[in-house]
Amino acid sequence: MNVDVLVVGGGPAGLSAATELRRLGVGSVLVADREAEAGGIPRHSWHIGYGLRDLHRVMTGPAYARALADAAVAAGAEVRLGTTVTCCAPGASGGFAATMTSARGIETVGAGIVLLATGCRERPRTARLIPGDRPAGVMTTGELQQRVYLGDERLPGRALVVGAEHVSFSAMVTLAHAGARVVALVTEYERQQSYAAFRAGAALRWRVPVWTSTAVRRVDGRERLAGVEVADLGTGASRFVPCDTLVFTADWIPDHELARHTGLDLDPGTRGPTVDTLLRTSAAGVFAAGNLVHAAETADIAALSGRHAARQIAAALGGAGPATVSVPVRAEPPLRWISPNAVAIAVGGRAVPPPLGRFVLRSQEFRRLVRLEVRQDGRVLGRSGPVRLIPGRPVYLSAGWLARVDPAGGPVRVAP
Amino acid sequence: MTDPGASVADVVIVGAGVVGTAIARTLARYRLDCVLADAACDVGTGTSKANTAILHTGFDAKPGTLESRLLSRGSALLREYAAATGIPVEYTGALLVAWTPEQEASLPALAENARRNGYQAMRRIGAGELYAREPALGPGALGALEIPDEAIICPWTTPLAFATEAVGAGVRLLLGTCVTGVSAASDEVHELATTRGVVRGRWVVNAAGLGSDVIDRMFGGDGFTIRPRRGELIVFDKLARTLLRSILLPVPTARSKGVLVAPTVYGNVLLGPTAEDVSDRSDTATTAAGLDSLMAAGRRILPGLGDEEVTATYAGLRAATEHADYQIRVDGARRYACVAGIRSTGLSASLGIAEHVAGLLGEAGLPLRPRSGAVALPRMPYIGEAGQRPYQDASLIASDGAYGQIVCHCERVSRGEVRDALASPVPPADLGGLRRRTRAMNGRCQGFFCAATVSRLFAEAGRRP
Repeated sequence: MNVDVLVVGGGPAGLSAATELRRLGVGSVLVADREAEAGGIPRHSWHIGYGLRDLHRVMTGPAYARALADAAVAAGAEVRLGTTVTCCAPGASGGFAATMTSARGIETVGAGIVLLATGCRERPRTARLIPGDRPAGVMTTGELQQRVYLGDERLPGRALVVGAEHVSFSAMVTLAHAGARVVALVTEYERQQSYAAFRAGAALRWRVPVWTSTAVRRVDGRERLAGVEVADLGTGASRFVPCDTLVFTADWIPDHELARHTGLDLDPGTRGPTVDTLLRTSAAGVFAAGNLVHAAETADIAALSGRHAARQIAAALGGAGPATVSVPVRAEPPLRWISPNAVAIAVGGRAVPPPLGRFVLRSQEFRRLVRLEVRQDGRVLGRSGPVRLIPGRPVYLSAGWLARVDPAGGPVRVAP
Repeated sequence: MTDPGASVADVVIVGAGVVGTAIARTLARYRLDCVLADAACDVGTGTSKANTAILHTGFDAKPGTLESRLLSRGSALLREYAAATGIPVEYTGALLVAWTPEQEASLPALAENARRNGYQAMRRIGAGELYAREPALGPGALGALEIPDEAIICPWTTPLAFATEAVGAGVRLLLGTCVTGVSAASDEVHELATTRGVVRGRWVVNAAGLGSDVIDRMFGGDGFTIRPRRGELIVFDKLARTLLRSILLPVPTARSKGVLVAPTVYGNVLLGPTAEDVSDRSDTATTAAGLDSLMAAGRRILPGLGDEEVTATYAGLRAATEHADYQIRVDGARRYACVAGIRSTGLSASLGIAEHVAGLLGEAGLPLRPRSGAVALPRMPYIGEAGQRPYQDASLIASDGAYGQIVCHCERVSRGEVRDALASPVPPADLGGLRRRTRAMNGRCQGFFCAATVSRLFAEAGRRP
């Protein structure tokens, strides 16, 4: 089988890309997704708020997942579920040969262009090197949501949530729904990182406090979880908090296995494949979009990233893709990363803007109302308006300065 | 509760770790009625499940000891057995890397020690060849001693294969059965009080690992005390696997034993172990100090590890005693065998130990009459990374689509493999058991994507986690 475009991953980015590719007249688009149902993370994220920026509606995660999958199929893309792409290598006659496994067997699909949209996951307890026992009852938000919303599991007893970002409050709501009494949200940061309204809601409706400047030091319990030792980072004092469920939230990392096996360069900040503003990776013909290149933005932002990639792919297939040079874009401390990681500039022409005309960044520190400065070789290209830096929360940098990037110059650096 | 030991067994083996299961499958080749009892709900759950997963040659054993002899013999037997039953093994070889002049100076003595253990194939290599073979090695290595026959093995499949063979040959496996006391029912029969009723047997083999001194005292012994030594280990992401080819062993010095970095048969990289004497025989918790020291050592040995994700951390307890050598004794008058103090070499030596113990039992009066007919070796599900996994096997998937349905994405475990494990002769009793049989949920996401689905498959099979 041969297709014009193979999309790996049927979450918001992949499905939106497939729909857009078909709308732009691309002949054959195949989406391979390893799960039994398309839609990615929103499949098991029951809260409201999905679809705002891309579908201009507000719905629950599962409804949004279905809407995106239905749209892709209606647009004429083939969506193959339960299908794992295990290898993607250059094809014998150009393009790529992707090996995929499903209940139907092992198949090699030829593709002119490959779009990786494999998303991201939360770092589990082990990757965070939290010592102690290894009892049952310790999980990530992804596992929690699937157990509760797809598996109808109950989680009686006390629960502790590690993290105080948006997703952490979502985990709190899921735990409450499953019958758990949430003791607290704990974060090593000096402040919570979500909306003030979420924190107020947590305190008022669920009576759940946020313990800031607090670290989980040890997990205790042989068979079942007994509790955790938490330390106050200010005083150094530690205490034991009994709990039956422990949920590690946020601390996102791209699911980049296929990207690495394909030999793509990785960005040290995002840990996803490096992409320029066209969402091209370091390998010709391979694009990447969604939370693989910015873990983790909301689903609608991931969807719009997929749509952006689709437009560039359609142009490339139509022969209209510009010959370009790439100028790297780097985030400097306290910024952790910026995405995309390079500006694509048409030879003798204009720079291509990123999805939604803006770069997305993350900070590792809180900063109040700073301006981000964009420089190249010591020259100031532009300054943002005042922004607030909050770890785990997106910062957007509009790309109005793109025209001033020197295609022959050094890397563009962004810093407060 | 039914009385599991209403009949009198010829031999009751206490402890279903890698040593106990090896003894069970060895004795099962004779016309004996055997019971294999373990306090845990699965085989191989103690030291056997949490170790460095290396199939040693025994080159570094103390020459002339029982450990040296049984390690050398057991290692050879296990290599054959693994090939015949499908236990994942990779012949990676090992490099004892010297980082200081002191360590380099001790390499000739280590080579001489190996020779005295009957091992000849080691070879000195210089820094140039070392870095050509292991280009990701950190700076400063001076040279190495190559041990080409050191290998890596699956520590989970090994006792499971032994237990599967034993059960297939009629051994009665009593799990969740903790021995709490012993009395003599008659001059010929021991009566073991257990948490699941009385178990009777003419002979008792104590292979209780971390609990072996407790059992030994029930039989009047007082020759040794278990002093658990905890080893913490870190498992790195499969994406780190390209950083090394061989097992990188430390050169032991007077001051420290050092830590090793090794590939695993699952395609990961293992770093460890620490060595810490602990008093609690069930304390397999990891510690901040232990993990920190391992990470620091790992970054020195293989700096690229610092950029890779950690997939798992764990700790195991070695069943060390105050003695340097194995504590293996058979008392014919009491019809009792003690197989203890196996420390950290039990996996590699298991079949040698079993052969030795069977011989001692025969000499002491246990009648060893071989069964007629050929021995049926089990064929174990292959959970290694080097060979062909079910998801890669087109003809297998064509015969049964369930092998193409991947449920654990990080480890690429299919629904068919989970189903097979749940229906196997020695089925898992909990999700941990399922993990050890299939690798499901052992990967980098630690269940973010698959735990809910795998738990549901387990629950549907009628065994609640």
